[in-house]
Amino acid sequence: MKVLVAMSGGVDSSVAAAELRREGHEVVGVTMRLWGGESDTGCCSVSDVDDARRVAQQLRIDHLVFNFSEEFNDAVVTPYVDAHRRGTTPNPCIECNRHLKFDRLSQRARLLGFDAVATGHHARIERQPSGVWRVARGADTAKDQSYVVHMLDQRELAYTLYPVGHLTKAQVRERAGELGLRTAAKPDSQDVCFISKTGGRETFLGHRIPFRRARVVDESGNELGAVDAVELVTIGQRRGLRLPGGAPKQFVLEVDAEQGTVVVGDEARLARDEIQVGHATWSHEPPPLLSTVMVQTSAHGEAHEAVLEEVVAGGSSRDSFVVRLRKPQRRTAPGQSVVLYDIDNRVVLGGGIAD
Amino acid sequence: MASARTTLAYFDHAATAPMRREAIEAMRPYLDEQFANPSGSHRFSRAARQVVDEARDDVAEVLGCAPGEVVFTSGGTEADNAAVFGAVRRHGGIAVCSAAEHHAVLHCVEHLRGEVVDVDRCGVIDLDKLQAALSGILARHERAALVSVMAVNNEVGSVTPMRDVARVVRASAPGAILHSDAVQAACWLDLRDIVLVTDVVSLSAHKFGGPKGMGIMVQKTGITLEPLIMGGGQERDRRSGTTNVAGIVATAAALCATVTQRFAETARVAALKESLVDGITSQLSDVVETVPAASHTGGSSASCAVVPGIAHLCIAGVESEALLFLLDEANVCASAASACASGAMEPSHVLRAMGVEPRLAKGALRLSLGHTTTQADVDRAIEVIVASVQRLRAHRPQ
Repeated sequence: MKVLVAMSGGVDSSVAAAELRREGHEVVGVTMRLWGGESDTGCCSVSDVDDARRVAQQLRIDHLVFNFSEEFNDAVVTPYVDAHRRGTTPNPCIECNRHLKFDRLSQRARLLGFDAVATGHHARIERQPSGVWRVARGADTAKDQSYVVHMLDQRELAYTLYPVGHLTKAQVRERAGELGLRTAAKPDSQDVCFISKTGGRETFLGHRIPFRRARVVDESGNELGAVDAVELVTIGQRRGLRLPGGAPKQFVLEVDAEQGTVVVGDEARLARDEIQVGHATWSHEPPPLLSTVMVQTSAHGEAHEAVLEEVVAGGSSRDSFVVRLRKPQRRTAPGQSVVLYDIDNRVVLGGGIAD
Repeated sequence: MASARTTLAYFDHAATAPMRREAIEAMRPYLDEQFANPSGSHRFSRAARQVVDEARDDVAEVLGCAPGEVVFTSGGTEADNAAVFGAVRRHGGIAVCSAAEHHAVLHCVEHLRGEVVDVDRCGVIDLDKLQAALSGILARHERAALVSVMAVNNEVGSVTPMRDVARVVRASAPGAILHSDAVQAACWLDLRDIVLVTDVVSLSAHKFGGPKGMGIMVQKTGITLEPLIMGGGQERDRRSGTTNVAGIVATAAALCATVTQRFAETARVAALKESLVDGITSQLSDVVETVPAASHTGGSSASCAVVPGIAHLCIAGVESEALLFLLDEANVCASAASACASGAMEPSHVLRAMGVEPRLAKGALRLSLGHTTTQADVDRAIEVIVASVQRLRAHRPQ
């Protein structure tokens, strides 16, 4: 096959390219230039492009750079800023996968005659006997990234390869070492690529939106204090609220950016057994109503058993759905992705964004 | 390399041209047994000194200046930096340039918080706006240190009437240094005409078949610039650093060969370019020449003259990156705009300054021709470009 492999300059995508090459595919590497602004980490800096190119040279494959910074700004950065403005908690890496890696890039790859797009994600793509494609969790459960690629539909799944999904991270590093790849010992990227370590989220957002002061109140509405930027407060947050010491630990229960209020209370008050989810995507069809599913609400969080209570067909827009958890869990912040797995907690069924 | 030369259709001469045989032969002894530093005081050095002096004489002759006005640099970028920073650091005042300058000028002027003047739809500096900018500086009781205007645009190939620019600058900013980046002019225009009306001129050797890492700055007698690089005082204190004997000899050889063949080459390459553009536009709809050739518009607009070496097209319905990939696969080397440090294509500041619609600018394609281009290359390029564009348009995503 002729495969376009997205190379971020990290060890996983380096080994992904090497694996494809070893399997005898015709491989071309591409690094997407996504963020045009300041950056010191992640997938956008020039040194990462250099790493990707040098690995490609070692593997004797061509290496390209595609400039998708305009699309990245429109599809990832602007919505990220807007979400904070509204007081919700966005996940930009998921939006990048949704709009850039598995849409813009695969579109371009099809146009250029490639048979598949590959990335270094720790997830597996398998075809079930029925012919349906599914994303399954990666072999390394601690590094599993099926959550962040949950949005792939049948068309994209049939066009995507995850060559390191069957390996553990240790095995990936071992292979990189054996091949003498310069990225073998490179640390994993942890943070949002367009936010610099030095400035952080606060500086990044501060340059783009005016921060609004908000009252911190208890559930009865008694004022306990204030925060300078309601845009930086997340549901479940405990630190940085500048509440008087000595009192029992207080958690953020509600954020109302419009009214400028942050409601705090006991951790127990965060427990919910229902999650309402919008902007749904389904790997294939929505699972049958009232079926038992496993629900994961953060990239490396545990999955919890739940029942799919309701699916509202969105017609021309996305569906929405409601799941009821067997055991109440800490409330999912609006904006976070909610991903549904099968009862065995193995393959992705679909997902969406918490309302 | 010989095999690559035969299989590649090379249409990226404006990025760099293949070295001329004369230049390679000329530099060989100075990379080998004649390695001396011409600044030394022994006979070995004196021999090296002589070939540098002779090379400088040759360059001066074809540029129409005195040998003492020729400064060898490490390239066009250094010459541009030396002119802009050198003028402002020595004389104070404001640096002025056009919005379509090469980044080697534009970034210097922006760094110095200078003034950037709009260009017309050909990419040529708007003379009325230049005059207004210069008058504005005078009215503020400030002075222009330097006005920098490129002779030929490196992306779209449009030719600036330097005499007209000089007229405006001398009238509206007497005392300002007039600099011209003539890097893309060397193969196609009589450089003496540019040197004649300006104070400082930049050239880059590898654009005319010389080696990379070599440039020429013509600095007219009486024009003072603060040197960019200080040290041993080579190049009459204007550019320190051990003399690059091999580079200088090869640069002179390439420039002399270029100038000798210019008349014939200009006609030959102009015909190739016409055949290339006609071949593409006759088979594809929605392809525009970014700078309409003067002859096509009736010939009255002299400002729309374009050098024969650059064909710049905007192809609707395709993206440059995708098109270049398909051309590359078919062994046709072309370019779109300038690449950033990561190697990604950047949206062109030149096309934006010219007011080219973003829809068209997305499909920018620069095909640049030169001394090795043949009709066979042109035929191959036409075939590949037409097929690639048709393919991309057919699979166009919604």
